Amino acid sequence: MTKFEIRGLRADVLIGEDERREILKGVDLTINSGETHAIMGPNGSGKSTLAYAIAGHPRYEITEGEVLLDGENVLDMEVDERARAGVFLAMQYPVEVPGVSMSNFLRSSVTSVRGEAPKLRQFSKELQGAMKNLSIDSSFAARGVNEGFSGGEKKRHEILQLELLKPKVAILDETDSGLDVDALKVVSEGINRAHTASDLGVMLITHYTRILNYVKPDFVHVFAEGRIAESGGPELAQVLESEGYERFVKAGA
Amino acid sequence: MVKLTTTNTEPKAHSHGLGQIPVSKLDTHGSHDVNDFPVPNGREEEWRFTPMRRLKKLHDWKGEADGTDETVVDAPEGVTVEQVGRDDERLGTAGLPVDRVIAQAYSAFEQATVVTVPRSLVADKAITIDRKGLGGTAFEQLVIDVQPMAEATVIITNTGTGVRAGNLDVHVGEGAKLNLVSLQEWDEDAVEVSQHNARVAKDASFKSVIITLGGDLVRLSPRVSYTGRGGNAELYGLYFAGDKQHHEHRSLIDHNLSHTRSRVDYKGALNGSGAHTVWIGDVIIGEGTEGTDSYEHNRNLQLSDDTRVDSVPNLEIFTGEVQGAGHASASGRLDDIHLFYLRSRGIPEEEARRLIIRGYFLDIVNRIDDEDLRERVMEKVEQKLAAHE
Repeated sequence: MTKFEIRGLRADVLIGEDERREILKGVDLTINSGETHAIMGPNGSGKSTLAYAIAGHPRYEITEGEVLLDGENVLDMEVDERARAGVFLAMQYPVEVPGVSMSNFLRSSVTSVRGEAPKLRQFSKELQGAMKNLSIDSSFAARGVNEGFSGGEKKRHEILQLELLKPKVAILDETDSGLDVDALKVVSEGINRAHTASDLGVMLITHYTRILNYVKPDFVHVFAEGRIAESGGPELAQVLESEGYERFVKAGA
Repeated sequence: MVKLTTTNTEPKAHSHGLGQIPVSKLDTHGSHDVNDFPVPNGREEEWRFTPMRRLKKLHDWKGEADGTDETVVDAPEGVTVEQVGRDDERLGTAGLPVDRVIAQAYSAFEQATVVTVPRSLVADKAITIDRKGLGGTAFEQLVIDVQPMAEATVIITNTGTGVRAGNLDVHVGEGAKLNLVSLQEWDEDAVEVSQHNARVAKDASFKSVIITLGGDLVRLSPRVSYTGRGGNAELYGLYFAGDKQHHEHRSLIDHNLSHTRSRVDYKGALNGSGAHTVWIGDVIIGEGTEGTDSYEHNRNLQLSDDTRVDSVPNLEIFTGEVQGAGHASASGRLDDIHLFYLRSRGIPEEEARRLIIRGYFLDIVNRIDDEDLRERVMEKVEQKLAAHE
């Protein structure tokens, strides 16, 4: 049983050398293992900032609050330590790292997170199986990390990493954006597999209810102006679908 | 002395009667005689990036050449390797020395090495020249003559110490192919100033991969000109300057004939206080030529503070009929977003840096056909990367 707690989190985006802007204005959220929380909200409300700040992205700085994984403050950890502790971020815009082959990257990553190098043959079998489940052609293993991948291919590879790294909690930042219906289905199945396989806690950040037809949330939160404005069950998503976010956004904001 | 002419680099009579002017500003002079060059003071265009005090007096040489090397040459059957004297007429025929140090080397050498790959021979393994400097100052001349329709790979490895200056003359005959690798893995006190002159014949192909990792000061000037249409030259380079190291590469491609192709791609890294790299990429597309296809690219990664990068692409075009000509240069720090991405997958910072640097250099290293050599280069790169972690 894992408890992932975000308490009073405030964070700034670093714009220039002396310029910063507060984006997160006190976020509180608890995710227990096995729970899926959908975070929904309008553009610019700070959803992605929340994801990046927790992962330790260099363009964001946390100014207040804590993020606890089973009582341990994640924010005291280095970026790579956070991942090894069991926090995973599937990025909205996965990064291209030229010249580093996907297979090398995945093996290094799995070795670091599991604490020992997997046997080469076993790993290659595991990788092939996981790629096949996500309908990723095996030729991608030899390509540079995300290098020249389409948006959909990048998203599939984020979920591939989720399945290989088996974290305790996964933050999925608009994993559904830019996916066609078939890809959305494949990716959702991957999320559900990871969820079942290891009782994963999921924070699913999205604009749209479309993905919630495939990945069923236990809780839905509306994110607006840097904090959670309202929380509810799956039915809240339906309300948002018909009413939009208008009532959560200040007039003229 | 052998008389050399190339369309763009020889002075021509000015049509308005103002006397001799060079056609290209990039390449104004050349001579085999050291006395044709004044002693440089370091402010000249061709010397302004070079730390003159660390040249060990090569630019104003007065003493005896007292250096010795331990050189092992391994050539496959059919390839000849000769030691010849100054009077051998094959020497100095691929390009004129363009600075005083190179002319000094030409004026002072006593013995030269000539490697000949005879007509139509396809060498089944690489010709290797392992040179270990045993100290002192030495002036050297090496000629590689790949005759028409022949194919060869030459791998030169430089290790040890000393002060070395010289010419490498390369002839790639009609329809011939040469892959040249030159690895500078000198000890940290060594100095090398060399010029590589390649003449690429009709439909010939020349690939040069220069890897500079060692030495206190290394200054290499690879130069290419063509003797026939369809000539193709690809110059690749990898350099990695550590503490106080000076690595300078100055390439010149003279597209003196129509329908010739060139690619120049050099990538460098700097890690350590006082590391300085210089890349000068000159390309001339000659008067009256057509169908030239040329591109040059330089990138530099500054991995620590207190490093200096100079990157200067120069392109001079004297014709309207160019198929392609361009250049790009970029220098900067390791991308912290790349680092973040790998680290967000649990990979520790040190290893993430290692992966990124390996990836950065991969396309250049892959230009080396020999797998052992590729691994040797990557290992050395990793050592230099680890030196400041």
